[in-house]
Amino acid sequence: MRRIIAILMENEPGALSRVVGLFSQRGYNIETLNVAPTDDPTLSRLTLTTIGDDLRIEQITKQLNKLVDVVKLVDLTEGAHIERDLMLIKVRAQGALRDEVKRTTDIFRGQIVDVGPSVYTIQLAGTSDKLDSFVAAMADVDILEVVRSGVAGISRGEKVLSL
Amino acid sequence: MELLSGGEMIARALEDEGVEYIFGYPGGAVLHIYDALFKDCKVPHILVRHEQAATHAADGYARATGKPGVVLVTSGPGATNAITGIATAYMDSIPMVVISGQVASHLIGEDAFQETDMAGISRPIVKHSFMVRRAQDLPITIKKAFYIAASGRPGPVVIDIPKDVTRPDEKFEYQYPQSVKMRSYSPAQRGHTGQIKKAAKMLLAAKRPVIYAGGGVVQGEGSELLTRLARELNYPVTNTLMGLGGFPASDRQFLGMLGMHGFYEANMAMHHSDCILAVGARFDDRVTNTVAKFCPGAKVIHIDVDPASISKTVMADIPIVGPVRSVLTEMLSQIAALREKDADLPDRAALERWWRQIDEWRAAHGLWHGRRYADSDMIMPQQVIESLYRVTKGDAYVTSDVGQHQMFAAQYYRFDQPRRWINSGGLGTMGFGLPAAIGVKLAFPDREVACVTGEGSIQMNIQELSTCTQYSTPVKIINLRNNYLGMVKQWQDMQYGGRYAMSTYEDSLPDFIKLAEAYGHVGMQVTQLADLDAAMEEAFALRDRLVFLDVFVDRKEHVYPMHIAPNGSMKDMWLSKNERT
Ligand SMILES: Cc1ncc(C[n+]2csc(CCOP(=O)(O)OP(=O)(O)O)c2C)c(N)n1
Repeated sequence: MRRIIAILMENEPGALSRVVGLFSQRGYNIETLNVAPTDDPTLSRLTLTTIGDDLRIEQITKQLNKLVDVVKLVDLTEGAHIERDLMLIKVRAQGALRDEVKRTTDIFRGQIVDVGPSVYTIQLAGTSDKLDSFVAAMADVDILEVVRSGVAGISRGEKVLSL
Repeated sequence: MELLSGGEMIARALEDEGVEYIFGYPGGAVLHIYDALFKDCKVPHILVRHEQAATHAADGYARATGKPGVVLVTSGPGATNAITGIATAYMDSIPMVVISGQVASHLIGEDAFQETDMAGISRPIVKHSFMVRRAQDLPITIKKAFYIAASGRPGPVVIDIPKDVTRPDEKFEYQYPQSVKMRSYSPAQRGHTGQIKKAAKMLLAAKRPVIYAGGGVVQGEGSELLTRLARELNYPVTNTLMGLGGFPASDRQFLGMLGMHGFYEANMAMHHSDCILAVGARFDDRVTNTVAKFCPGAKVIHIDVDPASISKTVMADIPIVGPVRSVLTEMLSQIAALREKDADLPDRAALERWWRQIDEWRAAHGLWHGRRYADSDMIMPQQVIESLYRVTKGDAYVTSDVGQHQMFAAQYYRFDQPRRWINSGGLGTMGFGLPAAIGVKLAFPDREVACVTGEGSIQMNIQELSTCTQYSTPVKIINLRNNYLGMVKQWQDMQYGGRYAMSTYEDSLPDFIKLAEAYGHVGMQVTQLADLDAAMEEAFALRDRLVFLDVFVDRKEHVYPMHIAPNGSMKDMWLSKNERT
């Protein structure tokens, strides 16, 4: 099953490599990885998605918790949560397709953030599924470049991951 | 407040931390530190002959004393040479602090002379690591390193220090912190009371219980409590290779070691058990054989300070996360309370039947219940360990290398106390034995220290004979000489049709007697069983001399029992070359 694990960790050099290293060292998958400092500059927030059965996920969270730099973590998929992946996608947009691309972008509530004579760059945020559907909907369009931030996630309601 | 340079801070911090020995080797990146040690440091430094040996010696010291071993090496090759020893300590959860020099800050990343990314290289084999960027951070970093290394599930911690951070001409205020608190690190202090209560109930309801105790009992100083628990309940105990000595081997309730080369009665009892109390053990693949077939009828209670060790390979029915001492203390009182309410717990009749069954297993194939090795006109390797046991009255510190000799030592030396059996169980590092013995001997100069080894292993760190000369560490090296990489040969006999690919040395073995003498030690050779005890006595009678006892043993002997793999269970064992369960 796909899981979203959110980690609060010390904003120290080497901390990220310890997390990433753990995954390759123990043969766990990382599907996506997103990391940035928080409002507290001494802390980084890392969100990663991984796939595994309950046993595997339990080991992953235990091993992550064991890392000295990891302050706290939560498996967001255990409860109600919001996940957002941000995509920037550059497509060839010429002739009749120009309108077509614009329409599809609107349907998905994306924005065209850069316009060239023959290309559009579209920004789209949402769940990973939504982004996948958008890419699928662009099947007839010449996709030039895709960049995704990886999932960032947060719990719904009162629940917070903080110190 | 006092002003010290970075180098001086390190020297002083090691004093303030109460360090007894530094094991190390100098080089460019650590010369400021060495100069500071030379000028003013009460902590003696042991100069090894190879950085790997520094880590093993510090490791041996740590295993014997329970205190972190301390290592100091230079950057680049010094640091990489230390890696095997760090990994060895990591796999067996041994507290260690390794200070490695690094090239000067402005050179980092430029492929400078003797630059290597020590934090990166060591990352998967350390509990944690630090790179110190400013001299002012040294005291707190060193304090944290010792705290992390020794607390919770212990392990090695690396502190990588660029050369400029230790320069003598820049001084800063020094104060060594009394304690540290880290928001991101707080090892469990006690187990969950509800879980412990549930476990006590399950344990008392057992009809065929086994206590399976590992290295965590030794490292966590839980031996006495575990022994009390076992004796109060009259439950059988087996130890892992790492746990030997955690329960007295000469106790009637001891089943011997379990696992791949474990005792028949221990493996049989595990397989047929209905309740396993695992304490500070991690269900390693060398213990379980095929996990899917592991102990089919058993409920598992698992106590460990590291939650990640629990339900990693074998699911625990009752997991208990906590330090062994506090958990066992609480468990003992829970058990007492339950038995006060119901005096018939545990089921005595069932237990009696269980012990009868165990005694039958023992009588049939127990290594300590009848002679289990063949006759030979050569000395049998088992007899050497028996002789060592007799001569040292079971009271020596025994280090070992890796191979058949290690297994024979584990099987035939009956360890009655924790921290006496010092071996690389997790990583299986040949070359561990001699340097580890140096560390042990320095920690306990008045005790007998024996290194049981083989010709293959001893040659992996033989240069340390020179260290022994320099620091007068009169350990006894007991070489079980079978002229093969014996354990490799055993596998080749059993699985590769006796094709000895690279497991023989032809005629290239050195004359170990002369070699020992070349370093100023005593060398002795034994080829006849009749001479064995006398030679062993003589070796230990030479109290102040290192003796290299080269014992020619039967060349064909295998280690048995041996788990049948792949696809075997705990109870599937070879008992001799042609006898299996
Ligand atoms: C550093 C290292 N290299 C290789 C091995 C694989 N290995 C395990 S046992 C063994 C043979 C050991 O031979 P020896 O030290 O002579 O002991 P014996 O088995 O003959 O008692 C080898 C090569 C190892 N454990 N460690």
